[in-house]
Amino acid sequence: MSEPLLALEAVSKTYGGGYRLWPFGHRAGFTAVAGVDLVIESGAAVGLVGESGSGKTTLARIAAGLLPASAGGLRWCGRALMQLSRAERAEYRRGVQYIFQNPMTALNPHRRVGAALDDTLQGLTRMDRARRRARIEEIGAQTGVGAALLGRFPHQLSGGQAQRVAIARALLGAPRLVILDEPVSALDVSLQAQILNLLADLRARHGLAYLFISHDLAVMERLCEQIHVMQAGRIVESGPRDVLLRRPEAPYTRRLLAAVPRIG
Amino acid sequence: MSGGAQPLPGTGALAVATRRLRRHPAALAGLALLALVLLPVLAAPLLSLPDPALTDPARRMLPPLAIGHLLGTDHLGRDLLARLLWGARTSIAVGALATLTAAAVGSVLGLAAAWGGRRLDGLLMRGVDVLMAFPYLLLALAIVAALGPGLANAMLAIAVANVPFFARAVRGTVLDIRHCDYIAAARLAGHGEPRIVLREVLPNLAPTLLLLMTTTLGWMVLETAGLSFLGLGAQPPAADLGSMLGEGREFLTTYPLVAVLPGLLILLLVVSINLLGDGLRDVLDPRWSPRRSFSAPAPADARLQSQLEGGASLLAVQDLGVRFAGAAGPVPAVAGVSFRLNAGECVAVVGESGCGKTLTALSLLGLLPEGASQVGSVRLAGRELMALDGAALRDLRGRRIAYVPQEPLTALDPLFRVGVQMDETLRAHGAGPAYTAAELIRMVGLDGVPGLMRRYPHEFSGGQRQRVAIALALAHGPDLLIADEATTALDVTVQREILALLRRLCDEQARALLFVSHDLALVAELCERVLVMYAGRIVEDAPAAALLHRPAHPYSAALLGATPELGRPDKPLAVLAGEPPAPGERVDGCRFAPRCPRAQRECRAVEPALDALGEHRLVRCLFPIQEAS
Repeated sequence: MSEPLLALEAVSKTYGGGYRLWPFGHRAGFTAVAGVDLVIESGAAVGLVGESGSGKTTLARIAAGLLPASAGGLRWCGRALMQLSRAERAEYRRGVQYIFQNPMTALNPHRRVGAALDDTLQGLTRMDRARRRARIEEIGAQTGVGAALLGRFPHQLSGGQAQRVAIARALLGAPRLVILDEPVSALDVSLQAQILNLLADLRARHGLAYLFISHDLAVMERLCEQIHVMQAGRIVESGPRDVLLRRPEAPYTRRLLAAVPRIG
Repeated sequence: MSGGAQPLPGTGALAVATRRLRRHPAALAGLALLALVLLPVLAAPLLSLPDPALTDPARRMLPPLAIGHLLGTDHLGRDLLARLLWGARTSIAVGALATLTAAAVGSVLGLAAAWGGRRLDGLLMRGVDVLMAFPYLLLALAIVAALGPGLANAMLAIAVANVPFFARAVRGTVLDIRHCDYIAAARLAGHGEPRIVLREVLPNLAPTLLLLMTTTLGWMVLETAGLSFLGLGAQPPAADLGSMLGEGREFLTTYPLVAVLPGLLILLLVVSINLLGDGLRDVLDPRWSPRRSFSAPAPADARLQSQLEGGASLLAVQDLGVRFAGAAGPVPAVAGVSFRLNAGECVAVVGESGCGKTLTALSLLGLLPEGASQVGSVRLAGRELMALDGAALRDLRGRRIAYVPQEPLTALDPLFRVGVQMDETLRAHGAGPAYTAAELIRMVGLDGVPGLMRRYPHEFSGGQRQRVAIALALAHGPDLLIADEATTALDVTVQREILALLRRLCDEQARALLFVSHDLALVAELCERVLVMYAGRIVEDAPAAALLHRPAHPYSAALLGATPELGRPDKPLAVLAGEPPAPGERVDGCRFAPRCPRAQRECRAVEPALDALGEHRLVRCLFPIQEAS
């Protein structure tokens, strides 16, 4: 495995902008991400920390293929996304999954949990009904989404249950990289602990790579080996967890670390 | 949450909808009324009614209950009942057809505009705007004038005139749906656009569309009647309700029945359709649940004597309870909450969501949600708040007790400059404010922000907005500040600044702060004392340092054990299984016992009281964790 699983190369994203008719001229847009390079090795857990508006979520959505980059590109297993064959593209689609910050809005309120999971499998694989059911059962057992939850509508779930469903959905297609966008910030500490433990277990079990986005350094420290600090659309500091947290170089990283509330 | 969490019995969507419809009185009333009207109308061909077009000048204007004519005859001797029923058939058919046409065309346009990118959106919506620029009865009239009078043309005219309405509404709804994460999730599942529209968008659009259609149907029946009334719709001898109304108008003074009957039928039709439409929207939304009838809030037990009388505390809360009216009697959400707060003291309330933290805070302000009532005693500087009426409480809020919201973006009015909102706050409460605007701005550290007063809330960063909100809360120099998760939405660096500000206000100005939070680490830095709440009760009341280093209640310990700490990445996170009991859920003995790792048999027998443990600590536990040394 010499090539990284996913590489973002000089990725930029600008919102708005373009030409306008009156007064005629070029209008500058808002640059959310400015030329970011990011490499995720197979099985690695990479953290992306920064304050709101720093471009974390935009970058993550570009990595997941949910948002086109304005400039720069993605490489999947060493090959540019544009050059992938149809089959390889499907593999990328199945290989990268995303877990949203708010699990409630990430589930269609009109679909029962079981149906939503089945939809995902239908889209990602060519399994028949019996195999799909078996797969949902298998992943459900690992993520704590039991048969009782499958019959429910999203509004009948608690926040922790909904996030477990979202995690189950992301794992169904056997992804290699899961992008986690603040997956625990909407949850109470007790549920947060459950989900963090679950994420650590699942990573060990499936050999997953994580791109973990958070503003909570304590949570990030638990889960990630590599941390990137983002500020105003750029990565201002990167490094292995222990180095970056013990000996931060960038002033912004230092400020971030100093601001973390500590017990005792 | 868990109260409604039982999976519904029966799986068919229709079975579910029928069951829910039965619990919706307004929809049922609409349905019954509509059936009452529709049944004879639909059965008209089966009833042995006289020919509605058969004139008989000899038997004109017969009163109701005449032989052979149940409702009498009109000015040409035609049977009124037959004309009414056949006319209603025409009106309803034309209205329904026009609705379906307008909905179908409008939905396609709206969907295409919302989904098809900015260019197509611009093109389609400008076209729709052009149609909308005409007063739409005028538009319908113009279309009929161009095509010639007649029912089919009237139908077409009404449909065209209503297309913009549907197109705009559908576009708006689809734009909202489009930005939901579940659409992104469907893309991640590799689904194509057609399937996403079909599976994810349409089911979420359906309730809106159905509601629009039912309300429009009533409206369209009216419009058909309007056009026919003007002689542009149904042509004699055919009649619909509108043309009957038009004919009857000439005899309004001499024989009003001819006009009144069709008018009444139109009214009944429109009202019943609208009632049913409103109900259907609810029934089709899986999130809707039948509203329980709330009884009037029980009068607060103001005479409850405070046993802690004579203390110098700023705030003394005694046996505070908050109840919701439920189907089977009041449901206690908060019970037996007692604590005191001194001037200059910062006290935190922590616990999982649903444990009653926010309800406790809101009840101090007398701002409970609808259907909730409170009991117990809340004394602010010796004055019993529970005995105050609405006006007195309003006067107190802002002046003596102030509130700092979680998200100031929603608490500040987006349409007004900050200066205007500050002025308004300063001028409230008659008596002069404690500070001038300039003093307030300096107090919260916003001096030096250029053009501050002339800016709108959205022109500030999150931290600045929270400072503005705090400045507004301080305007009248309140004795007590209540902050509900006031820093949760902020970035850590900003959060730190706001915490420092709150702490400084308490120290320098001797204000008390009640800080509601779920973050123990945060609380540790800000507050002297922590109240841990579980299932509506205080389970531990202890100095912050003692609580964080030596929690006595197993629940406090569990919360601490579940909190990740920076610098201790290998600390095992203790998982607290299960969830707190729902308000009103029956739990024998200690309410934490089902989740408690230390629970003994005694714990399930009797609920422990909040007892003193050592000098400065209160714990609601039979077997508190004792200090190790």
